[in-house]
Amino acid sequence: MKIRLDHVVKTFETFRAVKDVSLEIESGELVALLGPSGSGKTTILRMVAGLEYADQGHIHFGDQDATDIPVRDRGVGFVFQHYALFPHMTVAENIAFGMKVSKVKREKAAIDARVADLLRLVRLEGLGDRFPAQISGGQRQRVALARALAVDPKVLLLDEPFGALDANVRRDLRRWLREIHSELGITTLFVTHDQEEALDLADRVVILKDGQIVQQGTPEEVCRDPKSSFVMKFLGDANVLAAEVRDGKAYASGAAIEVSGMADGKAELYARPADLDWSLQGPGIPASITRVLDRADGRRVLATAETGEHLEFDVEPERLVKAGDGGFVTLRRAKVFALA
Amino acid sequence: MRRNVLPGLPLSLGVTLFYVGLIVVLPLAALVFKAASLGPEDYWRIVSSSRALASYRVTVLSALGATVFNLFFGLALAWVLTRYRFPGWRIVDAMVDLPFALPTAVAGIALTALFTTNGWFGSILGELGIKVAYTPLGIMIAMCFTSLPFIVRTVQPVLEDLDPALEEAAQSLGGSDWAIFRKVILPLLTPALLAGVSLSFARALGEFGAIIFIAGNQPMSTEITALLIFIRLEEYDYQAAAAIASVLLLTAFFMLALTNWMQSRALRYTVRG
Repeated sequence: MKIRLDHVVKTFETFRAVKDVSLEIESGELVALLGPSGSGKTTILRMVAGLEYADQGHIHFGDQDATDIPVRDRGVGFVFQHYALFPHMTVAENIAFGMKVSKVKREKAAIDARVADLLRLVRLEGLGDRFPAQISGGQRQRVALARALAVDPKVLLLDEPFGALDANVRRDLRRWLREIHSELGITTLFVTHDQEEALDLADRVVILKDGQIVQQGTPEEVCRDPKSSFVMKFLGDANVLAAEVRDGKAYASGAAIEVSGMADGKAELYARPADLDWSLQGPGIPASITRVLDRADGRRVLATAETGEHLEFDVEPERLVKAGDGGFVTLRRAKVFALA
Repeated sequence: MRRNVLPGLPLSLGVTLFYVGLIVVLPLAALVFKAASLGPEDYWRIVSSSRALASYRVTVLSALGATVFNLFFGLALAWVLTRYRFPGWRIVDAMVDLPFALPTAVAGIALTALFTTNGWFGSILGELGIKVAYTPLGIMIAMCFTSLPFIVRTVQPVLEDLDPALEEAAQSLGGSDWAIFRKVILPLLTPALLAGVSLSFARALGEFGAIIFIAGNQPMSTEITALLIFIRLEEYDYQAAAAIASVLLLTAFFMLALTNWMQSRALRYTVRG
């Protein structure tokens, strides 16, 4: 089911949570709404679900205007951040709830068979008789997903689905959700503030800031070509250097890179830690190392440039660097954004 | 004994147990002891006299009626107070506690004044042929008044803590309002409702001050058990008073045990496996 948001606005009291957002989600697509807290991403998700009504604008499901359809008739599956499982019902009863309260009456045997199928799909066979308090967080999230899928929703909506889980469980569930999505092909929209989660999981990432879409595209597009310093900073660690653009080149602390088509003036240069390198000879940005952080996958070096700006970059594990060393930081690639 | 990080267990345990013993267990023990000083035959004769039986009947039936009424009305009141904010909300919320704060005799006099045949309510109800003052109905109304806060105040915090996402989830799964109330909200409120019911019923059983003014106190019809105990005391028949009181005590114990058992059944789902 294709979803289309058309100039949607939502205001709470005096706070404009969502400002004129238009968005299309293709049938079968897996899309992430990514943004910091207060960016309006959850409000958008709740409006698509029908848990909030838009003040202005329209939400279309396929060819149908769904703006005023209440949540219980909208045919969406919603997975809540803290699961919202019914604590007094067993896992199986939770999953069966939607089928039992449905206007379409079903045989008990048919419901039981469907519950068994769903338990198998979310790999929780044998846990149907447990109560939510008796299973782990990751298992609860899978029950919540099975419960949402039980009513055959046209659209699956997930609000920070893995927000409350450990890093390892998150990674497993992410891969698993991707598998379920390709198996069922259901249009899926999920909200997260974790850029890694959005990039790992989604076909397309929609980045929000202050109730507006600032950029959208495939993970490759948004990572390789961030359109603003906000997107650059939000998607990952970045070094920031004051720069000046003159005649198609940006100069910053002794480094210079080509920028074509930018007007002269003050700017900021952004570089990922992996885009910097360390050498003992110039040219480059003169700097001294203040600290070396050893991590499982390499060494992160913290350094201070002569201009006083802080720099972070990664070197190979074998590289001999220590606090106090002096040298030069070189730029492999960088993005330059004009200062507004 | 396992070492505990929190200090002061032996002292605080000693003080509190001593206090509970002094203020609760000792008087109850004295009551049982007094009643037991009667022989079994005398005891049975006193507690099963027709006047005592009539008083049990009117007390228990009125208390049941008042509790059932409070169950519905108290739940509705708690619901409105937690779900909605309206002008005067604070006043209504504070008024719920008034029956706790008011001396029950004051409540009794006020209710009697309202419900006598020339009172505001009594004159209107009298025209409709309904007599409240000096009938069991009056007893029930007095019990309703004094025990209303129990249900409201036990249900209200549970209702406030109920995660709104549970109802949203049930809605997104297609549940009607009635189905959500019956299958999601009510089961989660049941333990609190049971606790409120048992407190409310126990209070109604023992209520005295609010009732004696409105009840008329006719032996065999509108004489409550608490009043009968008082009459026996006035007659210096301490043993008979204790014997009848022991029946009330047992009823209250039985009621508490029953609701505790029902509560633990309703809370089975919280037990971690």
